[in-house]
Order: sequence, then structure tokens, then C-alpha cells
Amino acid sequence: MRTSEKLKLAPAPSPGLPEPFAGWFKARGWRPHSHQLELLEHASAGRDALLIAPTGGGKTLAGFLPSLVDLAQRPAKRKPERAIHTLYVSPLKALAVDIARNLAAPVEEMDLPIRLETRTGDTPQARRARQRIAPPDILLTTPEQIALMLSHKGAAELFGSLKFVILDELHALATSKRGDLLALDLARLRAHAPGLAAIGLSATVARPYELAAFLVPHRGRATTRLAEIVTAAEGARADISILKSDAELPWAGHSARYALPEIYEAIKSHRMSLVFVNTRSQAEMLFHELWRYNDDNLPIALHHGSLDVAQRRKVEAAMVQGKLRAVICTSTLDLGIDWGDVDLVINVGAPKGASRLAQRIGRANHRLDEPSKALLVPANRFEVIECQAALEAAAEGAQDTPPMRPGALDVLAQHVLGTACAAPFDPDQLYREVTSAAPYQGLLREGFDQVVQFVATGGYALANYERYAKLKRTPEGHWRVAHPRVAQQYRLNVGTIVEAPMVRVRLARRKGGALKPSSVLAPGRLLGEVEEYFIEQLTPGDSFVFAGEVLRFEALRETDAIVTRAHATEPKVPAYEGGKFPLSTYLAERVRNLLAARGAWPRLPDQVSDWLRLQAEYSVVPSPEEVLIETFPRGSRHYLVCYPFEGRIAHQSLGMLLTRRLERAGASPLGFVANEYALAIWGLNDMGEMVRSGRLDLAQLFDEDMLGDDLDAWLAESSLMKRSFRVCAIISGLIERRHPGQEKTGRQMTVSSDLIYDVLRQHEPNHILLKAAFADAATGLIDVGRLGNFLKRINGRIRHIALRQVSPLAVPVMLEIGRESVPGEASEVLLRETVEELIAEALSGHAQRQT
Amino acid sequence: MLNAKPDLMPESAPSLRSHVSVSGHEMRPLAAGALYWEAKDTLLVADLHLEKGAAYAALGMLLPPYDTRTTLERLAKAIHAVDPSRVVALGDSFHRAESARHLDAGDLDFLLKLQRGREWYWICGNHDPHLPALIGGTVCATLTICGLTLRHEPSPAPSAREIAGHLHPVARIARRGAVIRRRCFATDGNRLVMPAFGAYAGGLNVLDEAFGPLFLRHRLEAWMMGRAQVYPVLGSLLLPD
Repeated sequence: MRTSEKLKLAPAPSPGLPEPFAGWFKARGWRPHSHQLELLEHASAGRDALLIAPTGGGKTLAGFLPSLVDLAQRPAKRKPERAIHTLYVSPLKALAVDIARNLAAPVEEMDLPIRLETRTGDTPQARRARQRIAPPDILLTTPEQIALMLSHKGAAELFGSLKFVILDELHALATSKRGDLLALDLARLRAHAPGLAAIGLSATVARPYELAAFLVPHRGRATTRLAEIVTAAEGARADISILKSDAELPWAGHSARYALPEIYEAIKSHRMSLVFVNTRSQAEMLFHELWRYNDDNLPIALHHGSLDVAQRRKVEAAMVQGKLRAVICTSTLDLGIDWGDVDLVINVGAPKGASRLAQRIGRANHRLDEPSKALLVPANRFEVIECQAALEAAAEGAQDTPPMRPGALDVLAQHVLGTACAAPFDPDQLYREVTSAAPYQGLLREGFDQVVQFVATGGYALANYERYAKLKRTPEGHWRVAHPRVAQQYRLNVGTIVEAPMVRVRLARRKGGALKPSSVLAPGRLLGEVEEYFIEQLTPGDSFVFAGEVLRFEALRETDAIVTRAHATEPKVPAYEGGKFPLSTYLAERVRNLLAARGAWPRLPDQVSDWLRLQAEYSVVPSPEEVLIETFPRGSRHYLVCYPFEGRIAHQSLGMLLTRRLERAGASPLGFVANEYALAIWGLNDMGEMVRSGRLDLAQLFDEDMLGDDLDAWLAESSLMKRSFRVCAIISGLIERRHPGQEKTGRQMTVSSDLIYDVLRQHEPNHILLKAAFADAATGLIDVGRLGNFLKRINGRIRHIALRQVSPLAVPVMLEIGRESVPGEASEVLLRETVEELIAEALSGHAQRQT
Repeated sequence: MLNAKPDLMPESAPSLRSHVSVSGHEMRPLAAGALYWEAKDTLLVADLHLEKGAAYAALGMLLPPYDTRTTLERLAKAIHAVDPSRVVALGDSFHRAESARHLDAGDLDFLLKLQRGREWYWICGNHDPHLPALIGGTVCATLTICGLTLRHEPSPAPSAREIAGHLHPVARIARRGAVIRRRCFATDGNRLVMPAFGAYAGGLNVLDEAFGPLFLRHRLEAWMMGRAQVYPVLGSLLLPD
């Protein structure tokens, strides 16, 4: 749909297109792409189809053609239709709005009798209600809105003659909880309109057949059918290079400060650059630093998810108008929206995944036959290797999108309740419907019945909530909602996006003159929002970077963090992790291979290959299959460093579990630190000596059985597990969402999910919600899934080297020591420390008085 | 840096205070959230909020129905630890007054067994202004022992000589980038407000304005509940929510 895409089409006859489309294409001198015609043919015949096309492939127009053609050929009726013809689903509200705008042009130009509207969370209530009674032909919306519409009594009529469902950016949706919800919605829509054709639009992915399976209805696990797969021609290969700098490459850290002059030069020599970073704190930091460099006053802007919406819209508008030279952004600009004439993508930090890199690069230059241009800026030595691996993966067109996983049970619980809200359901029929959705194909009847029980009465072994049941059985064995209030509660809690509690950041206005104390600071301009936990760790007076400025935290007022402009140039930026991606398994493997292949080292900058050579001389460079463990003394401590290359999250979990085991083995571990590539543990006893003397068996230490009891004991108190549980409790409807205006009373009115977790874990450890929370955490916050694969992979392949001092490879992770903050798990120690410090203070005060 | 074990604990760490003084009476706060008055062999607990889960279930939130059992087991542990001759529950023992009648037979039996061989007092709270006889013990509005008044809601008098519940105090401190928020005993040496004991009872920060008039600010201490110990923390170190 993007103008730039269409301009590339060569003039030629268009045999496959009916009028008025053929004429419309011709009048513009365009010819449809073969994948557009192919998709039209499949969908018009009622076949589900998946289109895989790179950015700039005319993907969206292809997706809408079947629907537009069908609507154009519809016989004219006197009365307007009472049903939706086509649903378009996008992961982003903004994308739905953007597409609606682009689609309006051809509809108007061909004078097609088609009504199209959008419906998102921002659509006024009155208009949403009207859309249910007098729906448009084409509705552009989000998965949550479909779930809402399906929960109303009129759903059967509204969707009864639905012909097409277009799922845009399917690769971004499918492997998430929103994807699970979408899959269930699609199954429900099919129950209302069995003949509908689903059309999936996706960027290039690692396993297209998984997305193709997502689009079609299945009959349980029996067989897996696939939608027709249409693949557009690849665009020109991207022109990717790694930034070269004369400065010394940092050993650790993520700021890429050393490369600022080169980044600035690159921005200067291009029309419009997108600068991607991996976290919001990096975005803030880089923006701040670039402006210190910006002698030419180039219009450089900042864009990330925590900024105030108004501020983001302003930046987006300026981009489209070509008023900016660069935008520093996070993944908020990853998805398909067309932001204008970008001719360079700069990726600061390691790209973390081959597909992520490909999609980011796709942001530059929406012309299929011209290469997109990208510059990778590694922030430290390890990232140089990772960038090289990603670059080589991109050259091969390799992809590493995350694999499908079984559908989440908390999402299913929400869907079951929503289904009952529309009309009583027959459990046998709903089970067949649910297992027709690809993510739930493998769901056993037992599991499904447990979910229904959970929705009805909480599903506890101690069955004493019958009288409070949300769902009740009708005489014929169907389930109905017990009370209209249940449906109201459902509608307030629909959706799978559970935001971390947020705090608004407001710049203080001073009420009186400059002489008044800071207690009269009044809340002023809104700068944006940050997660509550970030603000919680600040004490008044701390400075941090946000919205491109160095701010001083003054006070917390209800849900507002009051800040003032700090005059410090060096902020005390604490780690602000918002949006950090783990290194993909695929890229990790490539990094291990690159590291082990001496012949490949000359492709790396001299500083890096020298570093690896030193490592080979002093210790060893591990082969791709093995894991290297180094032990060495330093100061009064003994260190154990291992290099799993499995990402920081999995390493942290490994650290938690290993320290428990080392404690039992008598190594007296004191702490650990993890980065993306390695894990360092330190303790009082010489672990190298313990291995030599046979008191410590590394094979046993790294045995898979650590994922049994040790994991269990850790999870009992892990704050990460509690965070996962909270999300599942909200999605499944066990506890209610906090809505705006409720925050102040939130703490007293709702029961804290942490308390519920403790009680449930103690009394019913196999409860379905704990299973759901564990499944989430295992792939997310604690990543034990990946840890398990690692332990399996290295079984019998541990290589231990005892050293007299730190090895070159260990330096980066050793430098992280002291940078990272202590998370909640060590709180007992901190409590004790606080008190002891006080006692010491009190005692010394006492001593002074005595003298 | 993640500490698996205290790295900084000196061998000769001064030992923690184990007793808090309330209007001249020495009391021992227990990590479970109960207060033991040794001189009177009396154990105090506040805000058990039994059957809170069921109360929420009635509103459509089907919370795990094990909170009553969890709370009672925790209470049993505290009682067995000091074996007091008297137990006083400082109000809001039941989340709703009528909950007491709906108590599961097993839970009721468990509760009555706990009462055997000791005096048991239920002070009424705003959640349970009246209680049925079937739960045993003596029901009263307030109780005064040795000039110290035990009540549910703190009286408005500044720095009164009393022990109360009702407010569910929690304290927050930040250390090295980590934040710790725990239930606590709040006191200024005259008055003490007990932490809530119930498994589903939430908390209110001691720096909230509701606590303002109750304490002499400069003498405020929060005894924060740890896993096995209670940690006295000076008011000046506390953070608001």
C-alpha cells in the first residue's frame, strides 16, 4: 500500500485482475505482483493462505485484494448489510489506523461501494456500540477488540457472513499470548462463519509452515493441515557493515560511547537514519550523548515506549514530513508502520537475533530492488563477534524467529469465560473448537475440563466455592454465566497485555519563588511513564536520564514521580532494563562457531582477534560443542567462570541454582554475576583445587537434575516467578486489572498476587494457574527451558581449566561485578546490613558522648 | 551483583535487639507477626482476617480457599513456640462477622483445639463487630492489662499507651538498589501498632498519613519481619510507597 512500493511496478497487462481493479492498476502504469495474484486466487476460492513477503513487497495490498474484489462484485442491495465482510487484525492500534488511511485511497478512486472503519481501544464507546448494530464492510482492529465483540450476544449475527480475516504481521503475533487469543478468536469466528478464508501476512520467518498451520482449523492432534503458502520474491540483499572505529573497543558495557563520533558522522552523511538500541535506558543515554556532540544542531529525536504518547506522535509526524535527520528508538519502531524516507538503519549494541536484525533493516528503504543500508555498532568486544555472526546470518538470509509453543492456559481461561458471556456453550463442542486452533491442538480433554472448572469455581481441590460459581451448568449440560456481573467483569479484564504498574513522570513546577523549599514543588508537565519498580529503587536526590534529559527524582505523589531538571551532566543512571532481548539460540550457536573457528578470526577487527589469540595462548578457546569452565583466584576470592552463551536470563537462573549447589558442596559461594555470554561465581574456597582433589565433581554440579529440587526451592521465593504468576492471575481473570483512577486504593482493595502465590503454592502446588505461570517463566523471566537444553547439550562435554589468574575471555564478565544491582532475593542480608550499620552508628555516637 | 550468601557480614556482628519496649513493658516481636508479652505470658496477634478468600469469592474473585488454614497454621506455630497462657486477637479476626458461622468444620475444630488450656480473647474490630459464641473464647471491645490498653483501632490520642491493630503497617527501605517492603510492628515507645497476621491481609506504609498522628515521628521505629527474625529499623531510614 505504500506509495514507494507501488512505484516500482513495471507497466504491463494484468490478466488476473477483474475490473475496475485492472483498469485502476493500468491507469497508474502498475502491474500486480505475481504473489498478489496468487494470493487473490487462493483466497477467492475460499482457501486459507499465508503470504510471506519482505518489507516493500506490496504485502498489505495483496492481503486486501481478495476482499476488495469480492466486495466490488457484490450485487447492489437496497438495505445495508448487517454483518462484517472482512476483518483486518493488526498487533498495533497505530498500524490499523495507518492501513485504514492507505486503504481509503483506492476505495475512493475506484468508487467502490465499501464502508471501512477502525475499532481500537481508543474508539469511543458510542461508536463501538454502533459498530455492533450497523457494522462496516471492512473492520480494521486488534485481537482484543475481536474477543470483546465475540463476547456479545449478537456475535453470531455480526460475524455470520464473514468472508475474510486478514492477519497482518502474523510473525509478530503468533508466538505470544496475544497470538493464542487470536487463534482462539479465529476458531470462534469459524464457528459463526464456517466458510471464511484466513489470510496471513508475514515477514520472512524461520519456519513458515508453523504460521501456515496457525491459519487453518485442525481436528485435534490427528493431522496438521497447512494453509497455502505464497512467497514473494526476495528483495535486494541488504548492505550491512560493522562500524569501524579507531578507538579502543570496550571490554564490557552497552553504551557504545566510544563510537559516538562515527555514529554522528554516519547520521550527517545520510538523509534520515533510524538508530535502534535494545533498551530504553540505552536510548536515553545515546540520545543524551549524541546531543552533546551535535555541533551542527541536526534534528535528532528520541522515540520509545515509555515516552508520553503526545511526544511520540510528534516525533512520528516529524519523521513522515522528513523534518528529522535521526531518531533514536527501541523496538517500538520494529513493526510495519511506514515512517518516511529512511536511508540508513544503525543498530547499536548486538542485534540479539538474525530475524530481528532483518526486520530492523527492513525499516530502511522500502524499495524492493534497492538494497537497504545498515550499520552495526557493537558496544563491546563480545558484541563484535555477535555482530559478525548476525551479519553472516543476514548474508545467508537465515532466520531465527521463536518456535511455536503450546497455547497458554490462562488465555484459554479468559476465552472460555468470554464464550460463555455470549451464549451458553456445550463443552464437547467448545473442546473441538479450541483444539482446532493450532496452539491448542495438543490440549487434552482433561486439561480443557480443568480450565473450565477453574473458570467456574476456581478449580481448587477443596471444592467450597460452588455457591459463588461464575459458570453454572444448565440441565442439558451446557455452561452459562451465573450472573450478568460476570460478563461485566470479563469485559473490563479482556486482553493478554498486562502492563507492569506504571508511574507517571512529571516535571515539577515551582509554586512560590526560588526561595521556597522543595516540598512545595507542584506536579507539572507530563514527560512519560516508567515501571514502578524502577522508581522504587530511587531515593530522592538520585539523578537519571529520561525523555532525553537528566532529571532529579524529588518525590513520589500517588502515581506521579515528581522530578526536576538536574544540573549534573553525569546522571546516576541505574540499570533500567525495559525491553532487553535475550541472545537468540541460533545466533548463540553461530557465535560459538565463529569463536571456535580460528580461520574466521581475520574477519574480526584486529583488537578482537588479538584478544582471542591471547585467550588461546593463556587458556583455551572452547569448541562449539563444549562448555569452558575456568577457575582462578583473585584478591581474597576464588572465581569460577563458565561460558554457556545462552543469554543473561538463563545465566542468572543458572547462577542461582549453581550457588545453591556449590553451597552444599562446601565451596562457600558469595555471589555471582551474569552477562549475555558468561557467568562468574565467586566464593571463599578454591573451586579449582576442589575439582582437582575430587571434592567437587563438575559433571555432577552441571547435571540436569538441578532443574528438580533446587529449582523448586528457588522458585518458592523467586520474585520473578511471582511476577509471572501475577500476569497469569490477571489474564485468567482470578484477580482484576487495575484500572486508571483505582491505583491509589489498589494496594488495600485487591489481595496482592504475591500473597495468593504463597498460599496456593503451599496448598495446591499442581494448580493449573501455577502450571501456567511456570510455563511462562520457563521461557521468559527465568528461561529454564533454555537452561535445560544447555545442560543436555554439555552433558559429558565440560572442559575445566585451572588458571593462576583471570583469563582474557573472562575480563568482560568480571567487569560486570559491581555494576549490577542486587535483586530482591538477597533481601534478608540487606535487612541485617541496614540494622547493623545503624547499630555501629549508634555505638560510635555513644562513644563520642562518653569522651 | 547477586549475593547468594552474605558477603559483608562481620563475624562479630552486634546481635539484634530482641525486645521492644511499649510504655515501659518489654515485649518480644516474633517473626511470624505476633507479639509475646513474657511478663504476662500473653501472645498478641492482630487482623487475622480469617475467611477473606471466601469473602472475595462472593464478589466474583475466586481466590484460593486456603487462606484460613494457612493463617491458623501460622498462628498454631507461634502459639506452640511460646505456649502462652493467654492469647489476645486484636480485632478483624474474621473478614466478615458472618464468616465465623461459615467456618469449615475442620478449621473450626483446629481453632478450638488451639484455645485448649489457655485464656482466649477476641477483641472486636470494624470487620467483626460481633462474633458468635461457637468460636470459643471471650469477646470484648477492649482489654486493659497493667495499664496498657489492647484495642483494634488506635485511639486518636497522640502517643497513647496502647497496642492496636487495624492499620496493617508495612515498612519500606531501599539498600544498594534493592527495595524491601515487609510487614512490621510500628512503635514510638508508647504506642505499638501490630502487623496484620492474615495470609491475605495487605499492608499500608507506616509513613502514610493515617499513621501520622499516632506516633512521635522522631521516635518511630519499624520492626520489619524477616524470615526468621524481626529487624528493628529507625524511622529516618524508611521510605514512603
